[in-house]
Amino acid sequence: MSTVSNIVVIGNGPVGHKFLESLVESGKAADYNVVVFGEEPRPAYDRVHLTAWFETRDAADINMVKPGFYQDNGFVLHTHDKVVAIDRNKRTVTSEKGVTVAYDKIILATGSYPFVPPVPGHDRENVFVYRTIEDLEAITAAAEKGKTGAVIGGGLLGLEAAKALKDLDLQTHVVEFAPRLMAVQVDDGGGKMLRHKIEDLGVAVHTQKNTKSITDGESAVHKMSFADGEELEIDIIVFSAGIRPRDELAKSSDLAMGERGGIVINNSCQTSDDDIYAIGEVALWDNKIFGLIAPGNAMAQAACDHLTATGSSEFAGADMSTKLKLMGVDVASIGDAHGNTPDSRSYTYVNDRDEVYKKIVVSGDDKYLLGAVLIGDASEYGTLLQYMLNKMELPAEPEGMILPQTDGAATGLGVDALPDTAQLCSCLNVTKGDIVDAVACGATNMGDIKESTKAATGCGGCSALVTQVLNSELEKLGVEVNTDLCEHFAYTRQDLYNIIRVENIRTFDELLEKHGKGLGCEICKPTAGSLLASCWNDYILKDNLQSLQDTNDYFMGNMQKDGTYSVVPRVAGGEITPEKLIVLGEVAKEYDLYTKITGGQRIDLFGARSEQLPAIWKTLIDAGFETGHAYGKSLRTVKSCVGSTWCRYGVQDSMGMSLILENRYKGLRSPHKLKMAVSGCTRECAEAQSKDVGVIATENGWNMYVCGNGGMKPRHADLFASDLDDETLLKYIDRFFMFYVRTGDRLQRTSVWMDNMEGGLDYLKSVIIDDKLGVCAELEAEMEHVVDTYQCEWKTTIEDSEKVKRFEHFVNSDAVDDNVKFEREREQIRPVSKSIEFVEVS
Amino acid sequence: MSNWADICSIDEILPNMGRCALVDGEQVAIFRVKTIGQDIDDQFYAVNNFCPFSDANIISRGIVGSISDQVVVASPLYKQRFDLATGQCIEDESISLKTYPVRIAGDKIQLAA
Repeated sequence: MSTVSNIVVIGNGPVGHKFLESLVESGKAADYNVVVFGEEPRPAYDRVHLTAWFETRDAADINMVKPGFYQDNGFVLHTHDKVVAIDRNKRTVTSEKGVTVAYDKIILATGSYPFVPPVPGHDRENVFVYRTIEDLEAITAAAEKGKTGAVIGGGLLGLEAAKALKDLDLQTHVVEFAPRLMAVQVDDGGGKMLRHKIEDLGVAVHTQKNTKSITDGESAVHKMSFADGEELEIDIIVFSAGIRPRDELAKSSDLAMGERGGIVINNSCQTSDDDIYAIGEVALWDNKIFGLIAPGNAMAQAACDHLTATGSSEFAGADMSTKLKLMGVDVASIGDAHGNTPDSRSYTYVNDRDEVYKKIVVSGDDKYLLGAVLIGDASEYGTLLQYMLNKMELPAEPEGMILPQTDGAATGLGVDALPDTAQLCSCLNVTKGDIVDAVACGATNMGDIKESTKAATGCGGCSALVTQVLNSELEKLGVEVNTDLCEHFAYTRQDLYNIIRVENIRTFDELLEKHGKGLGCEICKPTAGSLLASCWNDYILKDNLQSLQDTNDYFMGNMQKDGTYSVVPRVAGGEITPEKLIVLGEVAKEYDLYTKITGGQRIDLFGARSEQLPAIWKTLIDAGFETGHAYGKSLRTVKSCVGSTWCRYGVQDSMGMSLILENRYKGLRSPHKLKMAVSGCTRECAEAQSKDVGVIATENGWNMYVCGNGGMKPRHADLFASDLDDETLLKYIDRFFMFYVRTGDRLQRTSVWMDNMEGGLDYLKSVIIDDKLGVCAELEAEMEHVVDTYQCEWKTTIEDSEKVKRFEHFVNSDAVDDNVKFEREREQIRPVSKSIEFVEVS
Repeated sequence: MSNWADICSIDEILPNMGRCALVDGEQVAIFRVKTIGQDIDDQFYAVNNFCPFSDANIISRGIVGSISDQVVVASPLYKQRFDLATGQCIEDESISLKTYPVRIAGDKIQLAA
């Protein structure tokens, strides 16, 4: 018997892909020949976040397949090739392009298709569905010629599609057959509030409208005629009237089906043929189709466990509670949202001023939560969901769960009451027990938790709850989470920032006397030095500040392993005149400095002794250079491509923008170093997505990315805002940097800062863009102060003969440090290689 | 040993900083430590300037601080700390820096060489 068997995966959407990932994780992938067929022209992408395609119009941004995934695991992928037949007797499948492969097991993950009701005119031009990237591309092309658009269907996907039409600058209508929007998930009161909020956004909502026909329009492309006699002239129509399983293969190969479609599966996701599994939206379990990603993923895992015999998970149904942001409006629905359970009671809170609607449905004895609807504010979602899923007893007077707290006390759930089996993160299936284990293994912050359990890395909706569990577990283990900066200050960096601001503290001595103890140390002194510089931006070598500076800041160069320093003048945007380039060469030659081009598009000169630094910098400054802050926890470089000035692809002047940015933020002291880049088009030659702030030109302005990072743990930057004009871009960057300066921990890069931020990217957007904390004016003013008080630290230093004297190596001699010795390698200096003694260990 | 030599004037070393002096061919890091908010004279310490962890003459460029009542300096390259009174390394018991007697005479700092 052959030990290698053939698996054919039919369908390459998110759930089919999840099966492949599970197979790799099981460690058994090498035991199978795996062939995958996908009908679409590209490998699996994240359909759940389809709307995100509009932000960049780049399919790569929602791609789910890691580079090399198929090759490394020996999977064969046929894209753009649909399977048309399964021959269960010969045990083969055949594709549209005529490929026939033998199978031992089949995974059917064909998903669903959008249902288009057979309305006369449904097949006209400029009528679309909303399912694939090709659909979006077609809608986008049509939108260029149209002014108005309508979505038929006011459910979850319909509202997503409406957002897309609105973002394409179409005057947008939503046409719904039922009396309210999101009729399945939301009750009448919630639907009313939701409608109100959506209309506020400029979208027209028509309910109880049954579309009878679509014909030629008079003032627009189409005319929609409704059963009540009304009409709507419209250019573009998108159908979003529900989904249907793509079960035609099962039909033609005689697998058991549901009465209204769907392939019947058992708990291991096997169909009526044991060798054929069905997963995702095509599968029918307990007479139900599950149109969400989490149950699809669970099915993929169950099928993989069963097929490879490596695990025991079974599909046992799924909770269909959802929380999402539709057009910026929070909407959540839990369990029995309509109060259909006999004898249930409901409690409702309606706030017309803030446009918030909240309802809970509880058992007749007030003991258990059965369902909930939240519109406009879904902050209680996580807590309420846990109450329902774990059948936890409600507090007396359960209405308190959704009423605003006037005394400031937070209600909710003691997380200790949750069982270990409680699923906290439904996207990645992480339970409370997983978090508890991670803490027991040493995780002490959200960054650790995300790394070890992946919790809160999907939609992020569970992060508040996960944080509570984390803190509670740490407390139980007696791990005192000591956030004190050091033994001299019982404060965090953020506390000290606030103290310095509020009390207008200007020196370390004053800070230590009022709020600290001892002499300070190599941790709190540079931190205080950085905070004082961020707030007041005084010259860092002022007499009462200089003893705080690390040697790199004190000598304004990076100390190398032999005690010499590097010299890195600023070359903003990497743009340099030949004259200046020659000066750099002459200085390097005169002082015999090792010369190298840096990754930040400037030039590093190594091997300068401390007493040489002032003379070197005097020459450079006389030639028009200024300090490059290569030594500071501060802005380093703004990398740039040449942009539209020279490049045939450039759409904006990236070079000019990089100069504006580098000259604006140079000298800003921050918790850690900061790097930026500007690319002139989406080809992204400046690698802006690996920077703390990256800017990429679009035809309409600039896309702003934040919190990227190269280094030990690379992190792609997140898209923060799109199509900004110059002024708004600067405003957002001002706010972003100053918010980081205020709230970052010591030596915390923006990437880790983001990973530990409760609420993540959405929270950051709400602070920076929507001014949720009401601090944006302050942040801008603080940045303005830093920009206005910029000075070149080296220029100030060489003009002060007392300061220059302190660069001498010896206080009492003109001699030089005879321990600094160089040898030559590739025609340049290098520190002498130290002989290493090898000791024989017996 | 009782041969005290003038090194520099007090003002040439700022409070809570160090400078390096050349004494009979040896590099000596001299530190001036001021305790904030207390009316006591600045204290002076002298240790060898050579950092045994990095093999470089850099101890005088370290940041001065305290661990409880111990006055320490952190080597600027790899941040090991040394007790300024005894020269003992905090992170590695087997390593210590040579210390030197230091005193103030008038406005001069003196080392015994």
